[in-house]
Amino acid sequence: MQGLRNEWEAEAPQRTCTLEDYQGAAPRWCPGCGDHAVLNAVQKLARDKQLPPEKTMVVSGIGCSSRFPHYMSTYGFHGLHGRAFPVACGVRSRRPDLHMFVVTGDGDCCAIGTAHWIHAIRYNMDFTVLLLDNNIYGLTKNQTSPTTHIGEKSNTHPRGNVLPPLNPLSVTLGITNASFVAQTVDWNPPHLFNTIRSAYEHKGTSFVRILQRCPHFTQHIFAEAQNDMSQCRLLLHEDGIPLDPQLQRLFPNRTAHNPNDLAAARRIASSEDAYPVGLLYRDPNAARYDLQTQAGLGRSQAEKMAATEKWLSRYEL
Amino acid sequence: MSTSTADAEIAKSASAVQIVDQHIVEIVSDSGEGAQTCGQMFADLCARNGNGIWTVEIIPAEIEPPSRSRAGASGNRIRLGTKPVTNAGDCADIVVALNEQVLYSRIDAGALRAGTVVFVDRTWAESDDADIRARYAEAMKDFNDRNYFVVEAPIESECRKHTDDPRKGKNMWVLGLLCAIYDLDRGGVNDNITKRFAKKGDAVVKKNLDLFADGYDWTLAHVQQRYRVPAKKSTQPMVVMNGNQALGLGVMAAGIEVCSMYPITPATSVSHFLATALQETGGFVHQAEDEIAAIGFAIGASYAGKTAVTVTSGPGLALKTEFLGYAVMAEVPLVVIVVQRGGPSTGLPTKIEQGDLLAALYASPGDSPKIILAPATIEECFHFVITARKLAEEFRGPVMILTDANLATGQQPFPKPQLQADWLAAPVDQAHWDEKVPPFDWDAETGLSKRPIPGQRGGEYILTGLAHDEESHVAYESAINQKTMEMRSRKLAVLQSALQPPEVHGDASGDLLVIGWGSTLGAIEEAVDILRAEGKRVSSIHLRFLSPMEPGLKAIFQNFKNVMTVEVNYSDPVGAPYITPESRRYSQLAQLLRSQTLTDIDCWSQVPGSPIPPSRILAELRRRFDMLTKEN
Ligand SMILES: Cc1ncc(C[n+]2csc(CCOP(=O)(O)OP(=O)(O)O)c2C)c(N)n1
Ligand code: SF4
Repeated sequence: MQGLRNEWEAEAPQRTCTLEDYQGAAPRWCPGCGDHAVLNAVQKLARDKQLPPEKTMVVSGIGCSSRFPHYMSTYGFHGLHGRAFPVACGVRSRRPDLHMFVVTGDGDCCAIGTAHWIHAIRYNMDFTVLLLDNNIYGLTKNQTSPTTHIGEKSNTHPRGNVLPPLNPLSVTLGITNASFVAQTVDWNPPHLFNTIRSAYEHKGTSFVRILQRCPHFTQHIFAEAQNDMSQCRLLLHEDGIPLDPQLQRLFPNRTAHNPNDLAAARRIASSEDAYPVGLLYRDPNAARYDLQTQAGLGRSQAEKMAATEKWLSRYEL
Repeated sequence: MSTSTADAEIAKSASAVQIVDQHIVEIVSDSGEGAQTCGQMFADLCARNGNGIWTVEIIPAEIEPPSRSRAGASGNRIRLGTKPVTNAGDCADIVVALNEQVLYSRIDAGALRAGTVVFVDRTWAESDDADIRARYAEAMKDFNDRNYFVVEAPIESECRKHTDDPRKGKNMWVLGLLCAIYDLDRGGVNDNITKRFAKKGDAVVKKNLDLFADGYDWTLAHVQQRYRVPAKKSTQPMVVMNGNQALGLGVMAAGIEVCSMYPITPATSVSHFLATALQETGGFVHQAEDEIAAIGFAIGASYAGKTAVTVTSGPGLALKTEFLGYAVMAEVPLVVIVVQRGGPSTGLPTKIEQGDLLAALYASPGDSPKIILAPATIEECFHFVITARKLAEEFRGPVMILTDANLATGQQPFPKPQLQADWLAAPVDQAHWDEKVPPFDWDAETGLSKRPIPGQRGGEYILTGLAHDEESHVAYESAINQKTMEMRSRKLAVLQSALQPPEVHGDASGDLLVIGWGSTLGAIEEAVDILRAEGKRVSSIHLRFLSPMEPGLKAIFQNFKNVMTVEVNYSDPVGAPYITPESRRYSQLAQLLRSQTLTDIDCWSQVPGSPIPPSRILAELRRRFDMLTKEN
């Protein structure tokens, strides 16, 4: 069996996939939930890129947002609360051929899954992370999340959240080996789509925080930002997220930002005057752990047996 | 006694080589003085000659304990026999101690008895440090009071003749001493040393040969206690390794490519081995950020088509339980190795216990039926990994392998496995999946089903830990929940139907049946054999499958008047305050067997943090027979 190619390299026959080819069960999110927009964007991207559904995979944790894979008709892994990252890393460790997305929520990623978030960013394996941040626990019905603003009331803090929110962008930008960090909003479909596309095209872990409306519990939270575009700061650069110039002009607040400037990215991420929207940071040369774990793929059975025999013989008397 | 009197004593005794069928030797030193290498080489030489051996490492609790400290002993225990040796045995016959203080840690561990021959480096008697001289003298007196047979050997001073750094040379000198005592062929050992040090150059080879020769000659001249443990060279090739290495080699032989772990004693050394070796079969070891991530990563790789292994010990198992339940619910093949240590909590990190059986079985939320195997020998550690991967894939779920710190570090020779192609995982199936077949196409009889692998066109589905139907669609209907629970559970019954009842060691009926699992096999059978030789009607069985259990147990139990387990985990001692037949908490296997077979199974279990030696089991079994006789 010498020279056998990787098991999965057999070419799929030519075909054209339509949006329906990526659509799974009918989404059960509340009407107006920002998650719908993200699902549409991902399905459209898959269609535009003609990703074979059988080669596409969405991994998620638990939460409203993590129901995402069920609404795709690709492969999917709806896992445990907070644990999407390790699963995705495990899949990627042996499967260079799959197109992978990880969908997580602010509780899933920034509370119970924090350790995995930090380490997944450091491993920098190739997949796109979509953090659907609605500043609240949706599925379990209105509890404070790490990204809930100070003073916001919830079922667990009826008198208002007592702590300032954790900032997922500055946390991610603080992690060694971060390679792609962007932010977008669910209510601007072109920017949302372009951001996810850039993230998908990046080789390594692309981290996209999506400000996501939860009309059911936190209607008011992003309402102002949605109505008043000046509450967002559009980041512009030729290496950044492309956006139609006409759409750019809708953002009164625009800043040129070179995504290879980490210090500037960190400054922008932590500024409190407006939500940065666009690509904060990209490092195409960051070390990739998946290239390490995949290095030995494709050994033949005979090679494996020979190597095992060699090691076994070391213990021979 | 002092050397001069010892010499005189020895001179009086016959100089003939005494034939024994088994012997226990220990070599202890400060860590870094090479006692482990010496023990290892000696054990290898004996095994090569065809002796049965069982070796255990003696490991200090700290990484760098102060020298000459009671707690600092590092070294090896080697039990050698004419027949295969199945356990580390009881008290040592011979102990070589490179200083008198480290010997105390062995005394504290109960490793010595009156009459044990103790070799101590007498160089300390001439130390410049008055305090050391005093402590040495004090210890010699104490050792004599304890009735050890003390031989003071000039180890360091002899070594100085050949090397400026005796710390690095004493082990070869002691190897010479041991080889002389056990009458090993000098030429063979010389070849071995030459080979071992050849890479380091002629000067190093010569130095080591000289040290060895000096130790050998000194012993011939001064020590008349000489033993031979007759051995017969095996006709087939043999390997010798510890349980963790055997597990690691099993992982390779099973074609598992991903080992995902987080360091925890005593499991870590499995991955130390694999960290170097697995790369050569194309795999890798992933050191995750914690045990949850380790199992999540393994499940990810398994889902993607490469059944993975995760290796841990008790505290790590506790963290993995949520994902274990997921693997049961979503039917993801997975191998989980748990090298048990003392619990609860951080417990006894380096010590043996069999306390995680019930945690393995029950710790996940809800009903999570899974397969659990328990190898009883080093050889089984190797083969069970191969079995586990196959079962994981055939039965589509997690398979756990429970070993313990005793198997992890114990070394035993066994016939070299003949690697087989069908032990390896098949290449990942990427053929088209028949779209009409759902991802959970449970066979109504067996609950078995085949899974689509990402990349298989037509098989696209969303794996979920939520209750789901055949299509893997989230389903909360009660009938579906009832049925899917049944399907997952049925698989265990199907597996049980394919198993054989355990073999009874001894007669098929009698007064007492002893049941064990895991690393206690050798010690239990040794104790049982001694009693049987005395005419007692006692037998034993040893379970390898703990979930599902091997069939036919109740029928076996019915042929014995009394049935009990012997385990290395906690049970309330009978007769202790407040302990009544109602309040008594039984050891873990006993609990399981009682509920499974409705048999009044007793238990005797201990948590000494060390393997239970045959003598303690023997004493307990004798006590039981005395009670039986009294009752009659
Ligand atoms: C181990 C565990 N703890 C708690 C839960 C309950 N739980 C489910 S989702 C969730 C929070 C979800 O919030 P978020 O991640 O922000 O996602 P959203 O629902 O807002 O999209 C919690 C606490 C669980 N499923 N598992
Ligand atoms: S509760 Fe909020 S996050 Fe959840 S589906 Fe409804 S709107 Fe979306």
